[in-house]
Amino acid sequence: MQKPEGGHLRIEHLRLRLGAFQVADLSLEVEDGQYFVLLGPTGAGKTVLLETIAGLHRPEGGRLWLDGEDITARPPEQRGIGFVYQDYVLFPHRTVAENVAFGLALRQATAWERALPWLARRRLRRLARAQAVTDALDLLHIGHLADRHPRHLSGGERQRVALARALVVQPRVLLLDEPLSALDPQRREALRGELRRIHRALSTTVLHVTHDFEEAVALADRIAVVHAGRIEQVGTPEAIFRRPATPFVAEFVGVRNLFAAQASPAGKGITRLAVGGLTIIAAGHAKGKVHLAVRPEDIVLSRHPQESSLRNVFQGRVTAIEPRGALVYVTVEVPRSGEKPLPLVAAITAPALETLALRPSDPVTAGFKASAVHVF
Amino acid sequence: MMRNRLFLPFALLGAVLIWFVAWPLLRTITAVTPAALWHTLGEPEVAHAIGLTFGASAAATLLALVLGVPLAYLLARAAFPGKALVEAIVDIPVVVPHSAAGIALLMVFGRQAAVGKAFAALGIRFVSATPGIVIAMLFVGLSFLVNAARDGFRSVDPRLEHVARTLGASPWQAFWQVTFPLAWRSILSGVIMMWARGLSEFGAVVILAYHPMVAPVLIFERFESYGLDYARPVATLVILISLLVFLFLRWVGRDAEA
Repeated sequence: MQKPEGGHLRIEHLRLRLGAFQVADLSLEVEDGQYFVLLGPTGAGKTVLLETIAGLHRPEGGRLWLDGEDITARPPEQRGIGFVYQDYVLFPHRTVAENVAFGLALRQATAWERALPWLARRRLRRLARAQAVTDALDLLHIGHLADRHPRHLSGGERQRVALARALVVQPRVLLLDEPLSALDPQRREALRGELRRIHRALSTTVLHVTHDFEEAVALADRIAVVHAGRIEQVGTPEAIFRRPATPFVAEFVGVRNLFAAQASPAGKGITRLAVGGLTIIAAGHAKGKVHLAVRPEDIVLSRHPQESSLRNVFQGRVTAIEPRGALVYVTVEVPRSGEKPLPLVAAITAPALETLALRPSDPVTAGFKASAVHVF
Repeated sequence: MMRNRLFLPFALLGAVLIWFVAWPLLRTITAVTPAALWHTLGEPEVAHAIGLTFGASAAATLLALVLGVPLAYLLARAAFPGKALVEAIVDIPVVVPHSAAGIALLMVFGRQAAVGKAFAALGIRFVSATPGIVIAMLFVGLSFLVNAARDGFRSVDPRLEHVARTLGASPWQAFWQVTFPLAWRSILSGVIMMWARGLSEFGAVVILAYHPMVAPVLIFERFESYGLDYARPVATLVILISLLVFLFLRWVGRDAEA
């Protein structure tokens, strides 16, 4: 499979209303080859939005552009936009290979088969053996399932079939509606890796909807945080977590120490993470470009460095002290050679703050365990 | 197996009902010798009545299939004003006494009525003619087919059609390649129900067309004119053939799933 031509999607002042859900005025631009994630709480109508982009609902206003063409009025079958639902929605009466061959069979249908679609059954059977189908199955590592029926597959296998089915027709844009949410954690992580690998291999433009911040950060080139049918903020994962534009975004993404890093194995179940001049040690295995997060509650502050089992200990300076509820959030900037200091946020109790007697610009030691570093 | 104290009394109550259906049928079948059955089948009047019954019911079912399946799809998928009314109208034939239905049809398709006259101009007569039998069967049976098909379509996730569309299917192709095959078993069971309903129809048919005679009318006539002994072989024959066809269609339906 190769990358299809084009894939630049522009949504302009989209308005739509469906049941309780409504979008007032939504504009969005997804670059050709980008992995774009729409991040928002469950039930924010993100499915309806994707279905509208696919052409399954008619918007009340606004325009959709694909590679400079106005596709607002185009029926879904002429858009070249693929769709994968959270719960797979495979054709239960067809085998895995026939599911994947479905779109190809439609493209090769003769005039007779378009007029009398029940004649197309034989073409579907034949195309289930075609090279393109085999390639798609292999890409998702499900070649051995070709002749099985969807009802005999696990959730992860079904989602791979759904992806292969959407990818084999080389959509210009692939819409993914919470594609990992129905899976158990282990499968979710495996398939997340697959999505990243496939996107790198094909660089198909992807618009992926999720409520899971980790998923968004792990996959996205760009993230848009949506809330109540509106876009709250668009930016790179780092920008969104570092500088939330609205209270909702801050609340939704939570206070986290989130950084981009370069991972390399350091043996004995340990990974070394280079964060622009600093090295952070994490438990587990990772390689290449990753993100890491440390919960503020997991960061320990002390006046002086002391010997401990903490694998990550940094000297820094207090830059902000912010009481919030039962906890106080202390920002510590750790200096880096030739770069801006790294801000770490620690959450400690009010009595602990009193004991340490910390004030802004005081020197302080911040430490956390390797197992408190979350890599994704 | 799960044990439940209720099972035994419930089974006894149910057994009464099963006996009530099976025993009279069995009695009728066993009361006639195979030779007598063969002889009855050889009577031109009987053979013709049975052929007419099956043919007319098949024609009515085919009509309902062509006109009713699209309606069933609309009822399952579309929201439109007056939908509740349409659904009620589809159900009405089930509650109207069939002789009354026959009268109602006569009012519209009779020789004096406008629609009847229009069809007469095309050479189609309903009163005392095969088309009359067909529309009587259509009227009393269409609810079964439309409702079964509607439930079948309703059970197909509309998102399957959505996915098919994004893969390049026109609405027509999505219907035939995804929705219809998945709803087919329900539609087939509706077809069987409606066809069987047509075979057994007496009240509406007898009002529109006493002649040509369908099997239920023939049984009635023989019973009235000559008594039980003459009616019984025909009744047995009709029961047997109906059972065979019913089993066959059930078997076809099962095969379609595999």
